[in-house]
Amino acid sequence: MTASNSTSAQVKNGVNVEALLGAREALEKAPEAAQFKWRASCEWLNGTHSRSTIEKFFGLGAEQSRDTTFTVEADHPKVFASEDHAPTPVELVLSGLASCLTAGVAAIAQRRGIQLHSVKATLEADMDIQGILGIDDDVRNGFGAIRVHFDIRADADEDDIKALVAQSQKRSAVFDIVTNPTAVFVTVN
Amino acid sequence: MRSATAIVIGAGHSGLAMSWHLTARSIDHVVLERGEIAHSWRTERWDSLRLLTPNWQSRLPGHGYAGADRDGFMTMPEVVHFLQRYAEVSRAPVIPGVRVTQVRREGESYELATSQGAWRCRQLVIASGACNLASVPPLSAGLPAKVTSLTPMQYRRPDLLPDGGVMIVGASASGVQLAREIQAAGRRVVLCVGEHVRMPRTYRGRDIQWWMDAIGAMDLGYDAAENIERARRLPSPQLVGTPERATVDLNSLRQAGVELVGRLAGLHDGKAQFSGSLANVCALADLKMNRLLAAIDAWVTGSGLKERFGDPHRDAPTVVGAGTKLSLDLTAEGIGTVIWATGYRPDYSWLDVPVLDRHGRIKHDGGVVDAPGLYVMGLPFMRRRKSSFIDGAADDAADLAAHLHGSLDRAAA
Repeated sequence: MTASNSTSAQVKNGVNVEALLGAREALEKAPEAAQFKWRASCEWLNGTHSRSTIEKFFGLGAEQSRDTTFTVEADHPKVFASEDHAPTPVELVLSGLASCLTAGVAAIAQRRGIQLHSVKATLEADMDIQGILGIDDDVRNGFGAIRVHFDIRADADEDDIKALVAQSQKRSAVFDIVTNPTAVFVTVN
Repeated sequence: MRSATAIVIGAGHSGLAMSWHLTARSIDHVVLERGEIAHSWRTERWDSLRLLTPNWQSRLPGHGYAGADRDGFMTMPEVVHFLQRYAEVSRAPVIPGVRVTQVRREGESYELATSQGAWRCRQLVIASGACNLASVPPLSAGLPAKVTSLTPMQYRRPDLLPDGGVMIVGASASGVQLAREIQAAGRRVVLCVGEHVRMPRTYRGRDIQWWMDAIGAMDLGYDAAENIERARRLPSPQLVGTPERATVDLNSLRQAGVELVGRLAGLHDGKAQFSGSLANVCALADLKMNRLLAAIDAWVTGSGLKERFGDPHRDAPTVVGAGTKLSLDLTAEGIGTVIWATGYRPDYSWLDVPVLDRHGRIKHDGGVVDAPGLYVMGLPFMRRRKSSFIDGAADDAADLAAHLHGSLDRAAA
């Protein structure tokens, strides 16, 4: 068996597992520092086109800023009589899920001493748009189901790779957000 | 105020095993029991329950199973009889009907307030069990008033349930056993499945507990476990003790007609919401089971005793239908009862010594509690994986009695 349970120095997936484990240990002793707040703001541009700005967040007991202010645009395609300047919000949700699971696979592989060569996630989600169009109240607005397929090349056997993907789902924030209910509070000025 | 050098709280398998070792070391002690010997086994279990470990594995210091059905599983009356007999043959100084209501540190001693007067001791062993209270999640508050809410400690048998379907929350040993028998009684059963531990009852011709024992998994020490906090919180494996040695898993429950849904994630306006993570928790459990079976196969190969055992095999992966429900209207669908098979925890409400962490769990190092002369027994993975099993009491009691004896000697020196 080449894979060990401790971080192997030979494995380079670009994840600083020591820092993550150190953070985990520190936060176990100071759970209040584990309280984070994530933020985004979004401005309407025109039609269904909008631009979100993502910069500051709160965590480790303080406001955190970053070097770059990111923007993410969203729109709808021409079949919705829109101008297709950017992906739809639901595609961004798929992208968020894919990125979260993929990051998890890399981190867990590093922790388990598994060298990755390539990881590709392909996602597809079903949606009956009779829901969002208000044609049928029995049809939900959101996805009926999401299918994620991973193609992974790594120095590990099939079950070890499956276990990476399963553990990544178990520890994924976005997987939790899409599989479990969340209370949403919206206010207006 | 009466006094003893050591007091053991609880006359179950743990307390009696500790008493045996204290007697062997001539340490003056009493065992205070709130009810009768094996009280929880008598009063807090459902009718059909049998031990999940085979009879031969009920090995206590100076006592063991002596019947003819070594591979069988004891019923609760049999467990009670087994422990009563143990108390008799070991002449354990049990005082029944004494409920401890408060424990305080007073100078170098512990003072116990009980239903039968006060006691004082230098050394105190908490052997009152790991399963005094059913853990019910806060979201249970959203249950409609018309639906009966039960814990496995209150459940007795299917015909005592209110009419209607039954939703069982939790798929560890308790949840799958109740799902199996309530479905077999002709009720509709919906089983909410979060993270769980899948295990076949038998593998390669032996009981899975025999294998866990043989490969050394049950003796793994708490200081050798990779993540002891996680190991201690692991749900109990999906096992049932039956004369026919049946395996109970999610596939067999589904085939019997039990409706499998994801972890209960919300309960609002009479509707239950289930997590979409069912496929993944099943995949995690299948992979974990196969790692255990692979460890057994490796042990067999390494032992050179291959011909003594059956051939290796793998059970089919857990089937999760694409049409798994994400919500259920309990009222409209006629669910009459919800059973919270969501785990158990010890009751330390009487313990007035600052040894609990922020989760209310007792802080200890392999059963040696973070207060002078205070010990605990029988908690999950307390000193070794088998610590919460009847078979784990012997080694733990031996270790902790030695520690207790040593600290008495140090105090006397």
